[in-house]
Parts: sequence; C-alpha cells; structure tokens
Amino acid sequence: MFEDLRDLYQEVIFDHNRNPRNFRVMDDADRKVEGFNPLCGDRLTLYLKMDGDKIIDASFQGSGCAISTASVSLMTEIIKDKTEAEAEALFKTFHDMTTGKDENIQLEAVGKLAVLAGVREYPARVKCATLAWHTLDAALKNQQQAVSTE
Amino acid sequence: MTTFPVERIRADFPILAEKIRNKPLVYLDNAASCQKPNAVIDSISEFYRHDYANIHRGVHTLSVRATDKYEAARDKVRGFINAANTKEIIFVRGATEAINLVAQTFGKANIKAGDEIVITAMEHHSNIVPWQMLCEETGAVLKVAPMNVQGELIYPKFEALLNTKTKLVAVVHMSNALGSINPVKQIIDTAHTKNIPVLLDGAQAIPHMPVDVQELDCDFYVFSGHKLYGPSGVGVMYGKQALLEAMPPYQGGGDMIRTVSFEKSTYAGLPHKFEAGTPAIAEVIGLGAAIDYLNEIGMAAIAEYEAKLLAYATDQAKQIKGLKIIGEAHEKGAILSFTLDHIHPHDIGTMLDSLGIAIRAGHHCAMPVMEFYGVPATARASFAMYNTKEEIDVLMQGITSLIEVFG
Ligand SMILES: Cc1ncc(COP(=O)(O)O)c(C=O)c1O
Repeated sequence: MFEDLRDLYQEVIFDHNRNPRNFRVMDDADRKVEGFNPLCGDRLTLYLKMDGDKIIDASFQGSGCAISTASVSLMTEIIKDKTEAEAEALFKTFHDMTTGKDENIQLEAVGKLAVLAGVREYPARVKCATLAWHTLDAALKNQQQAVSTE
Repeated sequence: MTTFPVERIRADFPILAEKIRNKPLVYLDNAASCQKPNAVIDSISEFYRHDYANIHRGVHTLSVRATDKYEAARDKVRGFINAANTKEIIFVRGATEAINLVAQTFGKANIKAGDEIVITAMEHHSNIVPWQMLCEETGAVLKVAPMNVQGELIYPKFEALLNTKTKLVAVVHMSNALGSINPVKQIIDTAHTKNIPVLLDGAQAIPHMPVDVQELDCDFYVFSGHKLYGPSGVGVMYGKQALLEAMPPYQGGGDMIRTVSFEKSTYAGLPHKFEAGTPAIAEVIGLGAAIDYLNEIGMAAIAEYEAKLLAYATDQAKQIKGLKIIGEAHEKGAILSFTLDHIHPHDIGTMLDSLGIAIRAGHHCAMPVMEFYGVPATARASFAMYNTKEEIDVLMQGITSLIEVFG
C-alpha cells in the first residue's frame, strides 16, 4: 500500500525506530546538548564521551518521528571512534545528501547513513533527519545551550 | 446524511478533483485552511477582469464599483454573524491580526499594571502571545482557566478567576487542536455580570455553526476568511460599536483619517478608523462570495451534517487498536485529533499523504495543549461540509495499514 514511500521508509529505519541503538542516559558524559525541532516538537538529548578530540562513546534520549529516531540512532553508532574533524566532515556530507545540495554524493561515503538519502524528496522531513547532526555539531563546538532547527 | 447535498457541493470545489500522488485527494486539513468553491474563485477573477480599482479614493467608475462591492461584502459579513451595524465589521488580515488589533488598541487603552486578562488552557498561540506581549508592556497579568482531560473548560475554575482586576476575557469558541466547543454564552453572561468584556476567537467555529453576535452578546468576535471557504489574507474583527468608538486607532495612514495636517490629524469614523491603507480588496469581495455560497446551503444544515461525519469518524477511530483520541469534549466540532502508539504524528502524516490523504501533524499552534496531554504532537483530521463517509473510510483504512507497516 505504501510503495511510493519505500525510499523514505526503508526497513533499516523501521528497525532503528523500533530498537534505537545507544538509547540511554550517559552519567559520565563529557558533552551533553539538547536538540529541539519546534516544528514537530521532536526533542533529543545527545551525550558524548571524549578522549582528547576523539568521540569514544555516544548515546541519546528523547522522542521523535521514525526518521529522526533512526537518524540519531545511526549517528551514535557511526561517530563512535571518530575524531571531531571526521565527525564534522561526515555532518557536512550528510547535510549535502539530505538537502539534495549535492546529487553526486557517493553513498559509500556515508555508509549506513545512505538509508536516509530518501528524505531529500520530502522537504518537509529533512529537518527530522538533520536534527541529530545539528545537535552533534553544537556538542562538538561545545555549546551548552539547546539547539533548534529553526 | 441523505438530504445534505454533499455531491453537489463537492462539484463546486475544483480542487477536490485533483489527484495527489496518483490517488484521489482526501482533504482533511480543513482546520488549517479550507478549499475554495468556484463561486469564490470566480468572484475574484471577475473582479480583477471587470471592476478592479482602489476603493474609497476616486470618482471614476471603477473605483466606485470596487468600493460598492467591497462595502457590499462588509454587509454580507454583518448579516452572516448578525451584527447590528456594518460599522462594527472591521476587515483585517485574519484572526491573528484581529486579536493583535484588540490587544494593541482596546488593551493599551484599558489594561494597566496589575490588571488581569483571562484566557483558557486550550487557546491557539494567536490568542496567547498578543496578550503576553500586552502584559509585558503594561505589567498586567495573564490568567489561564484550566481544562479537564476530555478537553473541556473547568467552568467553576474559570469563574473563580474573574474578579475586579479582570479587564478582559479572551476565549476560543472552538478549539483547533481538540475540537472542544466552549460554553461561550454562559462565559459571556458570567463575565458581563462583572462588567468584563469578552473576546471570542471564532477562527474555528465560524465555518461549522451559525454564529449570532447579538444573541451571544460578545464584545469582540474574530475570524479568518480562509477557514470559511474564502481567500487567505482577509479576516474580520467584529466589535460592539460603543467599544470601537472609544478605542484608539490601530495603524495610521490613508483611509483612516478625516483630516491631516502636520500639527494634528483627525480620524475617520467606523469602520474606516481601523482600516488604514489599501486593504485586501479582492479577498474581501471573495469572502463575501463565500458567505453567499454558505447562506445558500445554510449553516445549520452544515452543522448537522458535520456532526454526523464526526460521530462516524469517532466511532470508526475507536475500533482501531492503539489509536487514542485527544479531545473528547461533550460539545465538539468536526475535528479528530489522535495519536497512535509508537508512531509519531509526522510519520502518520507522511504515510497518509502517500495515499492522497491530507491531515495535519504537529502541535497545531497550541503547544500548551500538547504539554497538557504529554505529547509532542498529534495527528489531526479535520472535516468540512464537502467531506464524506467514504473519505473517512479511506482515512481509517490508511491508518490501519500504516500501523501494520510500522509493526
Ligand atoms: C482557534 C484559532 N485561532 C486563531 C487562528 C489564527 O488564524 P490565522 O492564522 O488565520 O490568523 C487559528 C488558525 O489556525 C485558529 O485555529
């Protein structure tokens, strides 16, 4: 019945939505930032454990739609053991992919995150996918205040 | 539902024949904005083709024609809400501007530090923020009357908030997030025994029921044209003449003056005092056409038909496991707000859209209502006179299927 949506709602997304990875409070986090999408009310708290400029653990709490939950869940997996610079570079590539800014992105460059490429056909949902990354960006820049997608 | 001419009405709305994602459009986002009948679309294009000019300005034929049509629309609005006088009908951009107008004119003239304004827990942001801004400027205090979990105003608690410091009651006639219809007659009568004026936000109520401002005895009634099958960009502020006469003007400019010199200007009489500058002329005329169209069908017949639609939709929704209806007031208009276990409203909205069904997913500009129910957002199907039982079946089938897909 939902054939048209297969590119947007891939099985991986349902899976991460049902069983989000790294979904927990991190008591000894070095960085903790809240992200908020005022348009849909999605809220998340991102926790990072750092070793120098390397992210050694990431987790989150919060509630959102399947796209935003899958996005943050996938992100916490993929940024582990990445340096700040590597994570920022990934953010840029991911952002260009989801906003359709760069049609020629090699999906291999983003690994598992490629399942979120479908949102570029749904402008109303792009922010759902990017909220996690904007929050990460704020955490890496060590901002304390909550981020908003607006 | 046999006597209501829904098929004939549908034929008057060209957009209802559109295909969305290759499926017939099922438009259930009427609380956000309604679609327009040919009568409205044609009245606007006819006006631009044959009669357009600025109003109240020229002696030439077109200006006179345009002015006549514009003022005729004002009288149609007057009749539609049964106001006593066309001087009481002020055209603005919409309900939002109307409330801001009252806050900035009536509010600034009458509300001081320590005074109180009473609203309810189910207001749209447009009936919260203008009062907060006024309170910040003046030092007045905003009081919020609570509701119960059905989404009904808790009347005794509302009543208990009224006291000698209360300078205005501003309540929504029908809630856009819940569908609740407030006991506005009782509210007005109670407030008036304490000499407190009442503003009703009629943005949602106006397309769904007959409204008689004299019978209600409300002091202000505001609504938007676009939710009444009319154009966007035009709305109405009704105010009792004596109140409007006493209020300072809103914006300064052309049309709202009697004389201007560099020393002092004098203001025009009602309603022009509140209509500075060139208004949305064609839109006002289009709103008049929408009212003519609705009068032919009859607001009482529309209310009766929509009540049946809502009852049917509510019954069907209750059969769906995991669906929770948000807002179950005893007195309720044609709005079905709901959540599904483990499925976010935005996913519901996108999934239904792929089936051609337009609903709203979000906080409906009523964040405090969402907070009250402990949800970030709801999905909302809102019905209009052109919706059918069959469309509700399509909606329910869509919801059932998406629950399966999400697993
Ligand atoms: C109850 C209520 N009040 C006010 C408004 C504001 O109307 P507008 O945006 O047309 O000014 C709305 C519109 O959503 C509404 O539903």
